[in-house]
Amino acid sequence: MGDVILRIENLNVRLNGEDVLVDLSFDVYEGEVLAILGPNGAGKTTLLKALLGIVPYKGVIKWREGVRIGYVPQRLPFIKDVPLSVKEFFRLENVSENEAREILKSIGLGEEILEKRVGDLSSGQFQRVLIGWALASDPNVLLFDEPLAGIDIGGQESVYTLLERLKEAKNLTILFVTHELSVVYRLADRVLCLNKRMLCSGVPKEKLTPEAISNLYASPIKFYQHKHEEGETS
Amino acid sequence: MNQFLLSLFSGIFIGGAAGFLGSLMLPKRMSLVAGPLGHLALPGIALALIYGFDISLGAFPFVILGIVLIWLFERKTKLPTEALTAVVFATGVAIAFFFLPIEQAEAALVGDISSVHLEDAIFAIVICMVIFFVVEIIYPKMTLINISEDIAKSQKINVGKYNLVYLLLIALIVSLGVKVVGGLLTAAIVAIPAVTSRNLAKNLVQYKFLALSFGILSSAAGIFISQITALPAGPLIIICSTFLFLISIFLKR
Repeated sequence: MGDVILRIENLNVRLNGEDVLVDLSFDVYEGEVLAILGPNGAGKTTLLKALLGIVPYKGVIKWREGVRIGYVPQRLPFIKDVPLSVKEFFRLENVSENEAREILKSIGLGEEILEKRVGDLSSGQFQRVLIGWALASDPNVLLFDEPLAGIDIGGQESVYTLLERLKEAKNLTILFVTHELSVVYRLADRVLCLNKRMLCSGVPKEKLTPEAISNLYASPIKFYQHKHEEGETS
Repeated sequence: MNQFLLSLFSGIFIGGAAGFLGSLMLPKRMSLVAGPLGHLALPGIALALIYGFDISLGAFPFVILGIVLIWLFERKTKLPTEALTAVVFATGVAIAFFFLPIEQAEAALVGDISSVHLEDAIFAIVICMVIFFVVEIIYPKMTLINISEDIAKSQKINVGKYNLVYLLLIALIVSLGVKVVGGLLTAAIVAIPAVTSRNLAKNLVQYKFLALSFGILSSAAGIFISQITALPAGPLIIICSTFLFLISIFLKR
């Protein structure tokens, strides 16, 4: 495992008077693919936003000096309201047409897509364009919100392949959040279970026991009863 | 200078700038905002008509006051913006009707560009050019903010600052718009060219250009027809704009 690229200590986020993240501490290592698994409402997206510095938090979030972060959000529902071609979408990030063409090639999309409206792309194409868009700033870390949510089966495979290739080719550190176990098994080197608090951490095949999973997805009351044991083991 | 040309140029610039800015308001779902803001400019318009100064100058402080009030109420009450907008704009209209000179009600409600003075026209044209250039400058970042505030914030874009500039532009265009289409119809000059353009545009460049063009075209056509028929220009501009919109429905890809 590489050096620590991100250190999180005692991270707490409170939004609208509600605890969304409680006392999270973990490290992320250079070059790893870390999955953050948890049910809906577990605070996964909020965690990503805290890492991006766009929600207020308490505690320590320390990125290694000079790190460049690419962010792939879960959905962009409003993008269909703007008649934006793929080329213009890249242009918003000051990416020239030639650079955009190169990026598209690297994510397995033909250049004919440049003139298409973003709103007319298939879900799988759109997700890959978003990944490509996040890669435009040449990041060394990719933050990824639900890589496969809402993508049809055919598209899912293309996104998997792309992420696996990126991991090989670019020595990217990828941190993604998801509620789907299958994505974790397929992509992640390491998994953190999150439901407001951290409930487990380690290699997916070892840590995601049936008990850990039912614990993670159990009702909040049950989960609070378990938290002390979990706190000691992690 | 010929009075007709004076009205025509003012109308073209205001219509064009309104269409252009409107193309930014449509994805933000704010097209309708110009309506209530125009309504609550009515007390200012009434004052301008009574004391004989430029109605845009009368409208502007009231539009700004309205925006500030809505913003303050929203912070204080956490009630939905649209509901608070209803409270504020209806109050504006109510107050205006106490002292709006009835013989000039038409100019206040649906505008009167036909008798615009030279200095007012020059003032309007200059402001329109400022609006145009500022919109052009903020367009890429505003588009990103419209798509996702989270992405914009993660790139350290000062979303608050951009929104403030954007609101000021809206206040300006509403204040100029009341000159052409009155306090009642301002929503139309920002909304209709943009939706017509949306129906036809394949990409952002076309979308911006067509919104601007339809704004200009409908203003020019409305003012021409007004010259021939002696009907008020404001409503004619809106009808021309709607006509273009209806055509665009059938041409839509």
